[in-house]
Amino acid sequence: MNRYTRRTLALEMLMIAVAAVFAFPVYVLVNLAFRAPSDTSSPIALTRSPTLSNFTQAWQEGGLGGALINSIVVTTVSVLIVLAVSSLAAYPLARSTARWSRGTFLLIMLGLILPFQLAALPLYQTVRDLGLLGSVWSLVLFYSGLQVPFTTFLYVGFLRALPRDFEEAATIDGCGPLTAFRYVILPMLKPVTVTALVLNAVSVWNDFFTPLLYLSGSDQQTMPVAVAGFVGQFVADWNLIFAALLISIVPVLAVYLALQRSIIDGFAGGLKG
Amino acid sequence: MATDLRTRRPAAPPWWFTVPALLLFAFVVLVPSARGVYYAFTDWDGLDPDLAFIGLDNFTAMAGDPDALQAIRHTLVIAVTITVVQNGLGLLLALGVTTAIKSRNLLRVLLFAPAVVAQIVTAYLWRNLLGPDGAVNSLLAGLGLDSWRQNWLGDPDLALWMVVLVVVWQYAGYSMVIFVAGLQSIPQEIHEAAAIDGTGPVRRFWSVTRPLLAPAITINVMLSVIGGLKLFDQVYGMTGGGPGHATDTISTLIYKDAFTLGEFGYSIALAVVLTAVVAVVSAGQYAVLDRNEKATT
Repeated sequence: MNRYTRRTLALEMLMIAVAAVFAFPVYVLVNLAFRAPSDTSSPIALTRSPTLSNFTQAWQEGGLGGALINSIVVTTVSVLIVLAVSSLAAYPLARSTARWSRGTFLLIMLGLILPFQLAALPLYQTVRDLGLLGSVWSLVLFYSGLQVPFTTFLYVGFLRALPRDFEEAATIDGCGPLTAFRYVILPMLKPVTVTALVLNAVSVWNDFFTPLLYLSGSDQQTMPVAVAGFVGQFVADWNLIFAALLISIVPVLAVYLALQRSIIDGFAGGLKG
Repeated sequence: MATDLRTRRPAAPPWWFTVPALLLFAFVVLVPSARGVYYAFTDWDGLDPDLAFIGLDNFTAMAGDPDALQAIRHTLVIAVTITVVQNGLGLLLALGVTTAIKSRNLLRVLLFAPAVVAQIVTAYLWRNLLGPDGAVNSLLAGLGLDSWRQNWLGDPDLALWMVVLVVVWQYAGYSMVIFVAGLQSIPQEIHEAAAIDGTGPVRRFWSVTRPLLAPAITINVMLSVIGGLKLFDQVYGMTGGGPGHATDTISTLIYKDAFTLGEFGYSIALAVVLTAVVAVVSAGQYAVLDRNEKATT
């Protein structure tokens, strides 16, 4: 298995060919984003005279700068909130065997199978009546609640496998439960926190359905709805649209390439949860 | 067992630690979901606070609505096909990148990359690629396969499969990553022992690797089935549910009925159906996969 034989070479060629097929759409995306709209040659032919004009126009007319800032704020704040409240809740849920604890855990786990589509419309009514439609802060509130079941599930699973010796020692030394949580439990939760951080950040950043409902028609947008609005505005101007798509992908891909190990491990980490 | 010192175990952490999470969860998920189930049996229009209880009217209307029945069928077809194809391909890729090939790490990073991109973005990208003058048709022409050119998204018989194709393209690398983690947790000695015993590679995969991959299979199947049942972004971005209703799913119909037709009550009844489908499928699946996992490990 560890020797590099002729069969390994054949496999290597095959895998690279498969990867090339997977990468083909990305080639076309980049190729057309740099192409002037007047150039009508085949989409797969390499663009001869690349231009940046699609990018400057997309940036200026698409409101992408504001959307980028909104996406960063919404993702950062809601992920921090959900990690804080879920890890705190997971501590008694993982440790206590009382009936209230098991009941609460099951109630929260119910959230894993409830599709957001069910809550979305009644919540729309509430948010409209509160005058919060079109505000990114309503999104922060939603994600903070929506991501609780999954994040709590990860934390409880991890905590149950963790020995109690440290927190018991801390309690015997006179630590209150909050201090024990902050200084003893939280540092030990680091591996599962990385997993939860990665999975939550990716799903919040990329979510489209929620802002489509609650931000439509407002001037506050996140990246996915800004892109959708852009496509609606420049219907068939694909060079321009591709530039906008590329602008929306670059920040995510940059983070992905910089932190690929933790991110891939984070996604695979759900396996051990 | 516990020693004498441990019998004075400190009290469990206090219950109020759960309060912030519970409040958020109740406000965003639990209460609106419960209200949704109730509204499904009323003539709710999203505005009027005076609700009339109409029993099963929304559901009997659905049973006679070809668009709704079609959307339910599409949703199930999508979930099943994605689960089979995405995980089959993901497993093959995982087996490929856990060999001695030199590009294995690069390939993992590259093949997983689409999974971190927004679904709506990949949907718009593919809407163009699969268009009449798009890159896919250009590529076929370039390969001398002119007769294979199609209006991929405009043909009602093809469009649904194109939605499946795009989901598979985006998430096969995700399945791969989970299978890789599963494969790497299998001790090398087991493979070597089986090889020494003279077991062929196919038999070795079926009798040794597959049972030990059970946890990875469970996770992957759960993720793709639930993702497939809730599918919205790809359809919204690629076809808008069309041509006609050829690619509408339960989720796109929920959106259209509420926000373009204003039929909130009917829309929420569809959401109740979606919830029931997700609950039944995940419970059934959990039971089957859990039994397999217990039987084989």
